[in-house]
Amino acid sequence: MLGSGILKGLRETARNFVGSYTDESRMVTVEYPEERLPAKEATRNFPFLVYDGQDPAAGLRCVACQICEKECPPQCIYIIKDTAKKPDYMGKMQMQPRVFDIDVSVCMSCQICVEVCPFEAIKMDNEYELSTSDRFDGLLLKKDDLWKSNEYYHKIHPTEAAEVDRRLAEEKAKAEAKAKADAEAKAKAAAEAKAKAAAAAPIGNTPTT
Amino acid sequence: MTAVDQMWVNLKQWILGWSIIPGGAQPWVSIILSITPILIVFPALFGVTTILERKGLGRMQNRLGPNRVGPFGFFQFVADGLKMLTKEDIVPRAADRVVHFLAPLVLLVPVLFAFSVLPYGRNMVPIDIDGGLLFFFAVGSATELSVFMAGWSSRNKYSLLGAMRGIAQMISYELPLVLASLTVVMMVGSLRLTQIVDAQEIYLWGWLGKWNVFTPWGFAGFLLFLVAATAESNRTPFDIPEAESEIIAGYLVEYSGFKYALFFLGEYLGLFAVSALGITLFLGGWLPPFAFLGFIPSWLWFLLKLLAMICLFIWIRGTLPRLRTDQLMAFAWKFMLPMTLINIVVAGLWRFSREWQVPLALGVRWLVCAAILIAAYYVFGRALQPRFAKRVYRYA
Repeated sequence: MLGSGILKGLRETARNFVGSYTDESRMVTVEYPEERLPAKEATRNFPFLVYDGQDPAAGLRCVACQICEKECPPQCIYIIKDTAKKPDYMGKMQMQPRVFDIDVSVCMSCQICVEVCPFEAIKMDNEYELSTSDRFDGLLLKKDDLWKSNEYYHKIHPTEAAEVDRRLAEEKAKAEAKAKADAEAKAKAAAEAKAKAAAAAPIGNTPTT
Repeated sequence: MTAVDQMWVNLKQWILGWSIIPGGAQPWVSIILSITPILIVFPALFGVTTILERKGLGRMQNRLGPNRVGPFGFFQFVADGLKMLTKEDIVPRAADRVVHFLAPLVLLVPVLFAFSVLPYGRNMVPIDIDGGLLFFFAVGSATELSVFMAGWSSRNKYSLLGAMRGIAQMISYELPLVLASLTVVMMVGSLRLTQIVDAQEIYLWGWLGKWNVFTPWGFAGFLLFLVAATAESNRTPFDIPEAESEIIAGYLVEYSGFKYALFFLGEYLGLFAVSALGITLFLGGWLPPFAFLGFIPSWLWFLLKLLAMICLFIWIRGTLPRLRTDQLMAFAWKFMLPMTLINIVVAGLWRFSREWQVPLALGVRWLVCAAILIAAYYVFGRALQPRFAKRVYRYA
């Protein structure tokens, strides 16, 4: 009959109207500046530099190898090496960047720098509120804007950070074991040589000595 | 009780009694005192309605609606008004400047005229003329002229299309609107709106207000009036003259800034006026529904009924999609017009069946009249049903 559809429609809108006040799950709007959803773990937009320990300057993993600078498709990374060297997490003396800039107005968030970095030093951040009143200097992130602690990395990407930590620990253990083995072998060799020399001495009481 | 009920009337009388007003100026002061509240209350109600509408529609769509300006976004209309005032007023180079300028005024002024005959409360009617209803419809039809002026003077095809649609729609629905109101005039025997309200001031069994809407012809008449009023005020589902998704904004395309705001004001004031007329004719005007609620002032009853009507219009807007032009015309001429004519016949039957000498006369009259109306509704409703089979696409 004519009009039954209209009544059905009116009932539907009335139900939605009342439901919007009584049923919290209907209102899906997130009022952004006041409230925000927790970031998804896979969220990523711009890169940052990871450091270990408390002191960012000392713990920076970056060794200024400039691979990321070369690989960056839009060439938004700018690195100047420092002349002084510092020990890395394995105690090896390494270079360090004096200047490390990323122009996020150019960055296209491709994550290639993260993929090519052999030192797990550059990772993707999930910070998205980067608006600024100065579109040149405000969007050019310097080294001290970029460095963030490993704990922060753990906070934003826990799974990935744990995996990175495990790999680094493994590498370190392997390197230590190797160093130990090397040292042992060296000691052994030295001892052998010594023993050899000691053994040779009584026999060869010769003019060669 | 009467003191609160009559406070505005007494206030006016008190101000008119001031000795500083010279005798000759008294009629003018009286006019100004009657006009000023209308010019304050209804534009303010327009602001409140826009925010109610946006919040209400938002809630129907499970959104929050505007919530930035003021508590719960209530002062959004102030921000919107200020924005409209500061916008540039652009007139197209090819437009007819005079007509383009006059169109919003031609909409607004007659609508304000229409407010002058409506009874807002006991003894609260700006001018109580004999042909109040006639005057209302006479000035109300000037809105068509405004729509056509706006559409024609803009020299824009979308404007013109919108105006053509608007004219077609408004003229088609003017007829059912007037014919639906005519039943009340038949029953009351007067075009004076205060007399129409007074005629409804009877309490059935001592408590239930005998509004016209509680009779079969009144109920049908009210529904027909409501549909025609929706079409007259260009509201969804009859918003084809504006139809944002088809012809941008119809006759409003070339309007900007405050002229646009004036059009909106005019349209909403038109809606209030026609709602107020519907209340006066069918919903007992400023009368309470039950006798024991008589302690609430009459003007407050009127305002509450008006707000209820506005909420109903918002509800309908949130529910129904827009009609096509052919559906609109078919509905007007094949359903609304015959229904209003039959309703007039039923009103006559109701009037002359008062003398019936049967047991339970009221119930019998009610049933007979309602049966005629329902039968007619069914027959005309069937005629509107689509009569073609579902289309089968062979190559899809």
